[in-house]
Amino acid sequence: MKLKSSIVAVVAVVLPVAAYGQGAPAGDLMSLQNDDGQWVLPAKNYAATRFSTLNKITPDNVKNLKVSWSMSTGTNQGHEGAPLVVGTTMYVHSSFPNHVYAVDLAKEGVPITWKYTPKQDVRAAPVACCDLVHRGLNYSQGKILMSTLDAQVIALDAKTGKELWKIKNGDPTKGETMTAAGLVVKDKYIVGISGGEFGVRGHVTAYDINTGKKVWRAYSTGPDEDLMLAPNFNAANPHYGQKGQGTSTWQGDAWKRGGGTTWGWYSYDPALNLFYYSTGNPGTWNPDQRLGDNKWSMTLWARNPDTGVAHWGYQMTPHDAWDYDGVNESILADLTIAGKKVPALVHFDRNGFAYTLDRTNGTLLVAEPFVHVNWASKIDKKTGRPIEDLSKRTKQGVVTKDICPNAMGGKDQQPAAFSPRTGLFYVPTNNMCMDYEATEVKYTAGAPYVGANVAMKAGPGGNLGELVAWDATTGKKVWGVKEPQPCWGGVLATGTDVVFYGTMDGWFKAIHAKTGKLLWKHKVGSGIVGNPMTFLGPNKKQYIAVYSGVGGWFGLPVSQDLPPNDPYAALGAVGLAYKSGLNKDTTKGGMVYVFELP
Amino acid sequence: MTKPARVGRLALALALLCALSGRAPAEPVKQLRVCSDPNNLPFSNDKLEGIENKIADVIAKDLGATVVNTWWPHQRGLVKRVLNTRRCDVMLGIPKGYDPVLWTKPYYRTGYVLAYRKDRRLDVRSLDDPTLKTLKIGVQVNTPPHDALGQRGIADNVVGYQLMFDSNFHAEDYPGKLVEDLVAGSIDVALVWGPIAGYFVKQKAAPLEIVLLEDRPESGNRFAFEISMGVRKGNSELKGKLEEALARRHDEIEQILGDFGVPLLPAAEDKARHKGAR
Repeated sequence: MKLKSSIVAVVAVVLPVAAYGQGAPAGDLMSLQNDDGQWVLPAKNYAATRFSTLNKITPDNVKNLKVSWSMSTGTNQGHEGAPLVVGTTMYVHSSFPNHVYAVDLAKEGVPITWKYTPKQDVRAAPVACCDLVHRGLNYSQGKILMSTLDAQVIALDAKTGKELWKIKNGDPTKGETMTAAGLVVKDKYIVGISGGEFGVRGHVTAYDINTGKKVWRAYSTGPDEDLMLAPNFNAANPHYGQKGQGTSTWQGDAWKRGGGTTWGWYSYDPALNLFYYSTGNPGTWNPDQRLGDNKWSMTLWARNPDTGVAHWGYQMTPHDAWDYDGVNESILADLTIAGKKVPALVHFDRNGFAYTLDRTNGTLLVAEPFVHVNWASKIDKKTGRPIEDLSKRTKQGVVTKDICPNAMGGKDQQPAAFSPRTGLFYVPTNNMCMDYEATEVKYTAGAPYVGANVAMKAGPGGNLGELVAWDATTGKKVWGVKEPQPCWGGVLATGTDVVFYGTMDGWFKAIHAKTGKLLWKHKVGSGIVGNPMTFLGPNKKQYIAVYSGVGGWFGLPVSQDLPPNDPYAALGAVGLAYKSGLNKDTTKGGMVYVFELP
Repeated sequence: MTKPARVGRLALALALLCALSGRAPAEPVKQLRVCSDPNNLPFSNDKLEGIENKIADVIAKDLGATVVNTWWPHQRGLVKRVLNTRRCDVMLGIPKGYDPVLWTKPYYRTGYVLAYRKDRRLDVRSLDDPTLKTLKIGVQVNTPPHDALGQRGIADNVVGYQLMFDSNFHAEDYPGKLVEDLVAGSIDVALVWGPIAGYFVKQKAAPLEIVLLEDRPESGNRFAFEISMGVRKGNSELKGKLEEALARRHDEIEQILGDFGVPLLPAAEDKARHKGAR
C-alpha cells in the first residue's frame, strides 16, 4: 500500500494561479515556497510538509555534518518554531520578549543586519500559559509579519527592521496572548489567539498585510454569524454538525467562555482556496458545567482566506474532559487510498488519533491511534465520533487512573513532516499517561477553590517519546525510534531521505527516512523543542538549522527552574521531568545552530 | 586545588541554607513584606482598605515591624514570579492546603454562601432547592458551587463570572462584581465566597440574605475552607513568627473579620469536638 508517487505534495502547490481565481492576487509566496534554496513559510510550504528537495546532504555523508555557526537569541525560555531564510537573510526569533534578528548569510561571521524587540506589556508574561514560547515569523512582499506574547500583530520592513504598522489583536490583561506563527495567505496575515484557561473565546483574524486593517474575524464558538458558516457548511457531512450548534451544544452562556483557542499551525490549499487550522479545548474545565459537544472546540476547520467563511468543520473530541487541545498541524498531501487519489489532510491529534480526511469536504477516511490510547477504543467512521471508554472520562471530584495519552497529548504542537518520496509522515510523539486526582486546594483573587491534580507518567515501555513513521493511507505505524524524553521538536524531511529532528535532552539527530536508522547525532547546548529547517547558502551549500532552547509544557521545569518538591506543578510536568532526569540532560538557553558538510 | 574548592562548596552550602531559611536566625522582622493585590476588595487594595490590609497591620505591629506591600494581582504567577523571587515574603488570606506555599495554622474558617435580595423573599436554603432551576444564578466559574450546580444538572440558567481577572487593568471585573449585579437585580441568586458577600452586607448595607452552604466534602461539595497565611516554602522561621503573632492577636483579628461581615464558621477542631459530643 505504500505510495509510489514521489511528487504529490509538490504538484499540489504549483497549480496555476487562475485555478483558484476568486479573491486577492496570489502574492509572492506561491512561487517562493517552491524555491528550496529558501525557507519562506513557517512550515516550508503551504501544504505544511516540512519537506525540502535539497539533496547535498545524504544518508552517506550526513555523518560528517558539523556546526557551521551558532548564535544566541538572548533569551532562556523555550524556543519553538524555526527561523526563516529569504534570499541571503536568515530571520531568527526568540521566546519572550520576542526579539527578531535579521542575519546576513552572505557575510563572513553572519553579522546581524538589524534587531527588533517589540515594546510589550510586561504584565502579559504573568498570565501567559505554559512557557513563554513563540512559534515564529512570516514573510511576504518585503515584510516580516509577527505577533507578540501580549497579542500585538506587527509588520516590519524586512530590509531594515523598521516598524510598518502594529495593531492589538487581543487584550493580554484579559488573558489573551499570542504564541503561534499564523500564516500569510495572499495579502492577509491570518492569526489566532491563546489563553483558553482564562476563558478566552477563540478566534482567527485576517489583517491586511499592507495596512494592518482587520479584514474579518471568525470565532470558534457562538452564534452562526460569529462562526461565519457558509450556507452549505458541512454539506458533505451533515452529521458533523451544522448551524446553530455553536451555542446549542453548550449550556447557558458557557459558549461565551468557550475556549477553542487557535494557537497551532495553519496550512493552505491554493487550488481549493481553503486554509486549515484547528481549535483547542473548551473553556470551563469542569465538563459537568458545559454538557453537550461544545462545538466548535477541538475542531478541524476549512475556511476561505479571503472572506473567513467556513466550508467544513469536523470536531475530533466532543465534550473534552482531558485537555486534548486540538490545535496540532494539518498537513496537506495527495495520497492514494484504496486505489483512489485523494486530496488529503493529515492531522495527528493530541487525543492520540491520526486523522486522514478528504480536504475538499472534510470526509473522514482514516482514523487510527498513533500512540497508546485508552480513553476511546476507536473513531466510528460513520459518525466521526470516538467510541469512548467512559471509565477514562475525568470528572471533578473523582480519581481517574491511567488515562492515555496524558493532557500533553500523543503529540503536542511540534509539527510532523511528510516526504512525498517515501509517502510517510514523520511524527514526533509522546508516550505518556496520567492519573487525574481530584481535590487539590487552589486559590485565586481571594477565593479558594478545588482543582484537579494531574500526575504524569510514562506510557507502556517506559520511554517518554518516539519518532514515528506513519502511513496515513492505512493508518499504520511503519517504524518508530524510541526516545527517553518526549519528542517535543518538529521534523524535517529532505530529498535524499534524511529525516532531522531534535530531542529535549539536547540531541540533534539525522535518521534514514526509510528505516529510521540513526545516521548522525550532535549534542547541542540546550534541549530542542524547535523545528529543523534547511536552505542553500549564498555559496550554494546546503545548511540545516534548528533552535536549541528547552521549554514548552514538559520543558518548563528546566526553562523556569521549577523546584522538584512540587511534582504537580506545571500541570504535572514537574514530577515526570525530574523523574526522567531532564534537569540532568540539559539546561536552558536559546540558540540557533546551523550545520553544514565540511 | 582541592581545598579552595571545598571551601567554595561549603560557602555555597551555607548560602543555600541561609537562602532556604529565609533570613539569618534570631533576627527580628523589621519589615513585613506582603504580596498584596492592589484592587481586590474586600481583601485588599492599594488604599489599604481591605481585610488583609488591616490584619497585616495588626501582625506587623505585634512583631514590631512595618508593612511593606508589593502590589501584584493575586492570580496565577503570583507565587512563582513574586513570592518565590523574594519581592515579598507573605501572602494573606490563602486557603490552608494551598500547595505552592508553606501555610501557617489557619486563623479563620469560612465558606461559600448563597445570597439573594431580601425583598425577593426566596427562602432558598440549599443547592437542592428545586426553585434554583428557575432562577438566574450568578457564580464564578470553576469554584466549588459552580461544580455543585453541574452535579445537579443546573447549567442553563447559570451566569458565569470569571475567576481570573487582572486587577491592575480590569478592577471592575473583581469578584465583588457578582454581588453588585445581585444587588442591581440582573441576577436572582449569587453563589459566592462568603467574605465577599458579607462585606457588601456589613459595609455597603446591601439588603441581602446570606446562607452558608452546607459543607459536604464527602459528596464532592466542599464549601468550607480554613484560611491561613502563606510564606515561601522553606521559610519556616517566618511561618513560626506569624503563627505566634496570629495567636496573640486572635481577638483583634476576629474584630476585623467581624467589621467586614465575614461569615465565620467554627474552627475545624471545634467542629470535630461538636460532632463527637453529638
